[in-house]
Amino acid sequence: MALILTPLPAQISTVLTVTPPEKIAGKRNETVTADFKLQLRTGYHVNSNTPNDEFLIPLRFTWTNGAAEAGEVVFPKPQQEKYEFSKTPVSVFSGEFKTQTKFKLVSTGTMIGKLRYQACSDKVCLPPRTVEVKLPVEVHN
Amino acid sequence: MALSRHTIAAVALTAALLAGGCSKSERVRAASPKAVGNRKAAPPFTLKDAEGKTVSLEDYKGKVVLLNFWATWCGPCKIEIPWFIAFEQKYKEKGFSVVGVSMDEEGWNTVKPFLAEEKINYRVLLGNDSVGTLYGGVDSLPTTFVIDREGNIAATHIGLVSKSDYEDEIVQLLDAKRTAVGADSHAAAGSN
Repeated sequence: MALILTPLPAQISTVLTVTPPEKIAGKRNETVTADFKLQLRTGYHVNSNTPNDEFLIPLRFTWTNGAAEAGEVVFPKPQQEKYEFSKTPVSVFSGEFKTQTKFKLVSTGTMIGKLRYQACSDKVCLPPRTVEVKLPVEVHN
Repeated sequence: MALSRHTIAAVALTAALLAGGCSKSERVRAASPKAVGNRKAAPPFTLKDAEGKTVSLEDYKGKVVLLNFWATWCGPCKIEIPWFIAFEQKYKEKGFSVVGVSMDEEGWNTVKPFLAEEKINYRVLLGNDSVGTLYGGVDSLPTTFVIDREGNIAATHIGLVSKSDYEDEIVQLLDAKRTAVGADSHAAAGSN
């Protein structure tokens, strides 16, 4: 019972934790901005949304419209890191960072987002994974 | 209490070894395969290579095989590939093969251009989850198994290790066979 009353917990995968806002709320057709905190395990990085190698898998955050209409996902400026395997620096995110998305509110409900990422350390890579991110939407008059 | 002559000799030898006084031939290798009795059979599988040919692990029986699970998006895997190219060249004639198993979900459309770009000279197969499961899940890449001539897993490496670790294991496994063949030949010659 306590679990149900608790705000939406951080959505956890192996090396990446995504923390959405507790909810987005406002009037119908209002546009609100939501910040999503992403936290990588120490020693790991994910490719940015714009990796500079055709074989690298980019970070993607997509939404299915429903309770709200999602706008563009804004990523922070990636880090350019030099790794032994690459002749040129690789565009990555590591540590804690935020993405931001604007939502036009439609109705009370839950938005479902999908975050696809591929994480590596300097010794090992994990297969690409997709985590589901839930965002409660509250529309009031 | 007086030390015996043997004790003094042992202490002196230990000190010499600790000081790096052992010769190159006596040096302990950085990486060693598992003892023969502790090795488990490499799970059999059949996959397709870049030409569409069906390839089984069974095809490599009698050879030392470096079975490398990798993917085009795996940076550490890219560090190892030039080593594997060199091993394939250097040890192929001695009964050694590298077999790469790509775990790219996108398939050959992604893998083939990569093989060409990296000038990979060893056989690469397209893997799948079933084969990954057979080998313990292969949740991290690179994951590499060094398989002896009898088809048993002599060493397992998860993540990037050093080139010398691989080479030490390959050479030891190739040498092990040579010793066995030599002993067999000797026995056969002696029986006549």
